[in-house]
Amino acid sequence: MQHQTIAATVEPVARLIDEFHKLPGIGPKSAQRLAYYLLRMPESQARALADAIIEVKEKIVYCSICFNITDVDPCRICAAEDRDPTRVCVVEEPLDVLAIEKTREFRGRYHVLHGAVSPLEGIRPEDLRIDELVARVRAGGIDEVILATNPNQVGDATAYYIQRVLQPLGVRLTRLARGLPMGGDLEYADEVTLSRAFANRQALS
Amino acid sequence: MGAPRTYRTEGIVLRRDNLGEADKILTLVTPDHGKVRALAKAIRRPKSKLSGHLDLFCRSQLLIAKGQALDIVAGAAMIDGYKHVRDDLWLTSCAIYLVELIDRFSEENLENRALYRLLVEALEALDGGRNSELLLRYVELHALELAGFRPQLRRCLVCGREIEPETNRFGPNGVTCAACPIDSTSRPISVAALKVLRFLQANTLPAAMRLNADPRVLGEVEGQLRRAIRTILERELKSSEFLGLVRRQTAEGKIAAPTPT
Repeated sequence: MQHQTIAATVEPVARLIDEFHKLPGIGPKSAQRLAYYLLRMPESQARALADAIIEVKEKIVYCSICFNITDVDPCRICAAEDRDPTRVCVVEEPLDVLAIEKTREFRGRYHVLHGAVSPLEGIRPEDLRIDELVARVRAGGIDEVILATNPNQVGDATAYYIQRVLQPLGVRLTRLARGLPMGGDLEYADEVTLSRAFANRQALS
Repeated sequence: MGAPRTYRTEGIVLRRDNLGEADKILTLVTPDHGKVRALAKAIRRPKSKLSGHLDLFCRSQLLIAKGQALDIVAGAAMIDGYKHVRDDLWLTSCAIYLVELIDRFSEENLENRALYRLLVEALEALDGGRNSELLLRYVELHALELAGFRPQLRRCLVCGREIEPETNRFGPNGVTCAACPIDSTSRPISVAALKVLRFLQANTLPAAMRLNADPRVLGEVEGQLRRAIRTILERELKSSEFLGLVRRQTAEGKIAAPTPT
């Protein structure tokens, strides 16, 4: 069956379908749809997409300080003089930096781990940028490390692991507050979230 | 009237795998449907009503809708989130190991109430701060038994004679006596370690937790059980490496003692 499908598709198209199929969340049908959409696209547009893919692979590097993705090293956030170098926010993924930047609340720097400790998926602490974080703190000049890993078991395990390796260095460690989400409904909250929301309740001034 | 399209059960989350933009495929163990794989839609969005109730090793009441390829979680309400376990790295590592162990020893859509009960009791004991090392050994031994691999600990597997108090050999199916020919899958086992195994096998979890075993003997028991599990599953449990790492670092003092939050 597989063989017939491949034979019915012209080789370059089959290759394109194969490549799309490798992307996350793209199944065989979506891959076909995308490939055939590209075929009908004007050549200039297709070329622009191809160029963008190649450019991102050629020009994007990891920042040597925070390991965020960047086109200049050190990245713009690490290089910015108006950002507080004494506070470092630790996140799992580069996309988390974007989410925090959107809030305009945080004016310190980041450290991107590129994943979270997940024993069930075989992701170990040494597969992440934790050693680099320890080295960064050990080098001095950092007063506070803010752990902003995801509020789930995997994120928690990562945060606790980092807490225990950084604690001996005497740096102040904080964690993003846990509680009820904006627009949420109290009755749907689980007991862990609710009890943490109670523990972290704030006085109305 | 066709078969009902939804069913209610309780379950514990054994695995969470991302799917698409914001969904996850959950692997759950339930008392009456065995292991179930179900889709939890939009669970990765912050406003998801399900997310807090379906984190790893959460025990929840579930409403599941039967789907064509995959069942879908339609509702979830947490029964126990094991908060103390979640707040401690070592206990979390133990819980991750336990859910992987139960995942490997349970069958999809095959009722196994005893295995489910074992996991519930174990997570409760872990949350209550019981002797975690002894607890892990208890669950390993009983998970083997409930999956149909109860090791024989009283009589020799080969000659059937009662085991004498001397150094015998232990393999995935149980003990062989010193007089019988050596089987390549077995290793020598001390009298003390065999006694611990027998005690754990014969007792309920609360009774077994009263045992005050020498850590060195428990270490030997761990090695024996780990080898038996590896032979039966034909693989190493992925989380055992992390468990070992956290245990070693705790012992070396690199990681400070757990601090309550």
